[in-house]
Amino acid sequence: MSVLVLLETTSSHLRSSSLPAVTAARALAGHHGGPVVGVVLGAGVGAAASDAARFVDKVLCYDSAALSAGLAETWAPILAGAVKELGATALVASATSTGKDVLPRAAALLGAGMASDVIAVQGAKTFRRPTYAGNALTDIEVTTPIVVCTARQTEFAPAAPAAASGAVEQKSVGAIDALGTEFVALHATKSARPDLSEAKVVVSGGRGMKEAANFKVLEELTDLLGGALGASRAACDAGMVPNDLQVGQTGKVVAPELYFAVALSGAIQHLAGMKSSKVIVAINKDAEAPIFQVADYGLVATWESTLPALIAEIKKFKAA
Amino acid sequence: MKILVPCKRVPNPELKLKIGGGNVDLADTTWQVNPFDEYAVETALRLTEKNKGGERSGEVVVVSIGPKDTSTQVRQLLAMGADRGILIAGDDTALDADLVARTLKALVEAEKPDLVILGKQTVDGDDNQVGQLLAGYLGWPQATFLSSIAVAADGKAATVSREVDTGVEERRVRLPAVTTVDLRIIAKKAVHNLALSTPETEWEDTQRLASLKGIMAAKKKELKEITAESLGVSGGILVKTLRHDMPAARKAGIKVASVEELVSKLHTEAKVI
Repeated sequence: MSVLVLLETTSSHLRSSSLPAVTAARALAGHHGGPVVGVVLGAGVGAAASDAARFVDKVLCYDSAALSAGLAETWAPILAGAVKELGATALVASATSTGKDVLPRAAALLGAGMASDVIAVQGAKTFRRPTYAGNALTDIEVTTPIVVCTARQTEFAPAAPAAASGAVEQKSVGAIDALGTEFVALHATKSARPDLSEAKVVVSGGRGMKEAANFKVLEELTDLLGGALGASRAACDAGMVPNDLQVGQTGKVVAPELYFAVALSGAIQHLAGMKSSKVIVAINKDAEAPIFQVADYGLVATWESTLPALIAEIKKFKAA
Repeated sequence: MKILVPCKRVPNPELKLKIGGGNVDLADTTWQVNPFDEYAVETALRLTEKNKGGERSGEVVVVSIGPKDTSTQVRQLLAMGADRGILIAGDDTALDADLVARTLKALVEAEKPDLVILGKQTVDGDDNQVGQLLAGYLGWPQATFLSSIAVAADGKAATVSREVDTGVEERRVRLPAVTTVDLRIIAKKAVHNLALSTPETEWEDTQRLASLKGIMAAKKKELKEITAESLGVSGGILVKTLRHDMPAARKAGIKVASVEELVSKLHTEAKVI
């Protein structure tokens, strides 16, 4: 018995986005018994596997040029094979774009039931997860001997290093068939700001920001607070900001200490991605905007009249 | 090319969800096509259309699993322009992603499409699984969360852009493949079939609505009602729903009168600045 957890890495380090998955895997191991075994896949990931081993009982390292791109076609069969080889009873990953892409395919190869984007592990096979854009919390039970799940990053604390580092076992990769799928390029959004999913402060703008240039003032507030910039779907759809800044049911889920919603109405889809934030501030000229129903502090005003003053006032506090 | 687009009806997401006794009460809801699935149909139509509104080449088949009145939603997609509909009888409140994927696998084997396009997730279950499961069961390539797709002129491969956490990732996939689409797939230049259009060809910046002509035409289009058993699908669901609860409501907040009051409260009360 064991619980396998997919650990995503850079060439040298474990990605912090995988730490919540380790916590979820520990919770599952509490019910399933056995060790938590990390799986690291990629090309030239030896150092990353050693780094990842600090957090789990053991790491299986599949290092091959053919695994560099993180394709579901190549990663899923290896994960499924590792589950079978170890006789593992659970396979876990964080609900990152890679986790969401790869794990269902692995579930199909295992004939295992899968729980997506879970927010709590309730038993060996029972989970709680948000549905209907977070308007319901649903308890589900996976009925197969093997359980596959992705964990919502904001709901599981990042795992701390274990008392002792786990061993790293280099695994042979064998024949790999990518089924013709090829990675071409990653057009990464370059930002010096912290990752949206991990930032302590998030400043989001909505449709009311009107145009891309107006996000400058939000960026100024964001950087003043050392936060990350977000946006509503409407603002992304309107092309004001790149889509990877989208917070909501179909974008990223965030739960910072402090969330600013500026000129953003608060559609259900948006609330689904931010209402676990600790403190929510809403600035909107429409007093009836639904965002005020979830805001701890609401200011009925235009962003034009508010933001410069807000930035000046916060600077004053910082200086004091 | 022949494209299969699996679609699901969902309760109107704008209506307040009623939950009681551990169940979601959908008796009074209105049903609509899952928004991402509508985008998938739009994508399929663009891939079979010679420029915007031009002559069609290829076939778009929409399929749904649900009770008899799901035909309303399937007809709506036929009115958008899809060529043919299939309704597989089923209780869509008692399915799981796995059973849907295994049913679709059987249909894909019968219909032999060149491409399957799905919405990346439904806005009720929010599972984001069916496309990936289907690709796994078929042993086909998969390309998820697409913000663009260009099918090569020979119809044998596609270049796609995927919305990933860190930006946009480009991949090439061999066809037949299973794809799932994200919001931006309906942007003006996001979808091209290079046999029918050029990379410069533009469509509307949204999914098309059913025209009156489309609605009339849809009445005459084939909508075949079949059962999962007729496709040879057996076995039940792998994931059971135990209960639904309302999430705890957030404590009511306050309105502040000025920026000064806001910053002061964030500092002294919330202690976040």
